[in-house]
Amino acid sequence: MSETTTTPAATEATRTPLAKRHGGSERARAERRLGWMLVAPAAIVMLAVTGYPIIYAIWLSLQRSDLRFPDQSEFVGLGNYITVLSSSLWWSDLGRTVLITVVSVAIELVLGMLLALVMHRALVGRGLVRTASLIPYGIVTVVAAFAWRLAFSSADGGFVPALFNWTTDPLTKTWPTIGIAIMAEVWKTTPFMALLLLAGLSLVPDELHEAARVDGASAWQRFWRITIPLMRIPILVALLFRTLDAFRIFDSIYILSNTGQNRDVETVSILGYNQLLNQLNLGLGSAISVLIFICVALIAVLFIKGFGLQTSGER
Amino acid sequence: MNRKVGRWVAADFVVLVFGLFPVLWIISLSLKTPADVGDGRLIPSEFSFDNYQGIFDQGVFTDALRNSIGIALISTVVAVAIAALAAYAISRLEFPGKGLVLASALAIAMFPPISIVGPLYELWRNIGLFDTWLGLIIPYMTFTLPLAIYTLSAFFREIPWELEQAAQVDGATPAQAFRKVILPLAAPGVFTTMILVFIFAWNDFVFAVSLTSTSAAQTVPAAISQFPGASQFQQPTGSIAAAAVIVTIPIIIMVLLFQRRIVAGLTAGAVKG
Repeated sequence: MSETTTTPAATEATRTPLAKRHGGSERARAERRLGWMLVAPAAIVMLAVTGYPIIYAIWLSLQRSDLRFPDQSEFVGLGNYITVLSSSLWWSDLGRTVLITVVSVAIELVLGMLLALVMHRALVGRGLVRTASLIPYGIVTVVAAFAWRLAFSSADGGFVPALFNWTTDPLTKTWPTIGIAIMAEVWKTTPFMALLLLAGLSLVPDELHEAARVDGASAWQRFWRITIPLMRIPILVALLFRTLDAFRIFDSIYILSNTGQNRDVETVSILGYNQLLNQLNLGLGSAISVLIFICVALIAVLFIKGFGLQTSGER
Repeated sequence: MNRKVGRWVAADFVVLVFGLFPVLWIISLSLKTPADVGDGRLIPSEFSFDNYQGIFDQGVFTDALRNSIGIALISTVVAVAIAALAAYAISRLEFPGKGLVLASALAIAMFPPISIVGPLYELWRNIGLFDTWLGLIIPYMTFTLPLAIYTLSAFFREIPWELEQAAQVDGATPAQAFRKVILPLAAPGVFTTMILVFIFAWNDFVFAVSLTSTSAAQTVPAAISQFPGASQFQQPTGSIAAAAVIVTIPIIIMVLLFQRRIVAGLTAGAVKG
């Protein structure tokens, strides 16, 4: 603790030119050393727990490595990748994942913006609205998925099929299942999107709206001409985070399929999981893992470069 | 003005229904008698606590609840402690490599957990961490570090650190100045971050279902996903609903008590992100 408490003085000193002449570099060096010491635990943990396994995953993906036949491990180069990329399963799962991602993020953006406006501007019940929308944010994804599965599945006694007199269980059909997965995803994560957008809304100065109102701009015009352009960066950040998150969709799909009793709607994360932990095929599974990693990196690069989103550097 | 208020009340109502309906459905389901669980009615025809009784009689659920609470709490404390050191350095000190730390935190926030599940499974089995608390605490604290670092540095930047020196000028020892001046100012930010990290650890499913196999370390989300029915021919719907309500209670309590803080924490991190 004593170290922590003496540094503010050191920081102040390095900033004054007088101190710079007198041993300023010494203090700067001490500050640098303390800075490194303090970030070291976090940096080491992050690097060790993600960096090492991903390298291990790359190495495994180049092997024939099947836990059921441990003696037959051998180096196969890009063989696993060729197997995955030439299978129609990978491409149909990827297509489905992209579809679920794009549709749910698009709906979330619209609903999230509406919710953020309500949270930001509501004349009455602002606290109530914020509290109510934090519940889907905080709820366990598995629980949320169960809420939707138990509502829609006839086999589980859901009220939706009973209400509409449906004769077929929607969770045994591909498209209805995808639709329910999207609804569950949208319900769970719209509040998060709204909170990120709310942060952006609070950056838009009220005076601008006032000035535009005086000049006769309608609420609609003010939204599109003032709010949206000023919120470009928060919107892109929210979209980036939600897109990456939706692309990794796993929990709700796993629950909706009810361990294979309902329609199996596979996404890439489910495919990877099945290869790794059900088939115990570490080689193929790792190749899928690495491909998912590459997809995520591509999405991030696309947002950061393509949309000119500046995320690194001084904050 | 009245029409305006009316419109906001309508908007509030829509949000309330949107936010709460699925939760109310699960609660209703959990209160049905085991015989009525499959009746498809929105409101139970007869209320009963049999489902709750049932899951608390099963060791599977109580063990999972214990694991969930323990693992989430330990991950939270460790992650926030490590992140607080880093966030202090990031918000207060000048040193080369700061940008790199922030960039790697951002990269991990985007990292797909499924990509390292395979290697961790293999590794944990080899070094004996498979199906242990530590085996889950390690990935949880890693994946919550970015969130914790960003949120804490946003809060730390707001603290008027000059007060510490002022207290020392007034005769306080450095330890007193830290304890009496800085700690009370930093505590709300640290507490908010702990809530956010806890929610993350409490929520995880990918690691929980891959890196555990028995009640030694299985958390509630993993346990409910594999609930057996009371008999082979009975769906475990009622037990699932009751267990789902139980794990949602802490979240609802936190949201009700700390709504303001959670919103502040999430938006603070987002503005800079």
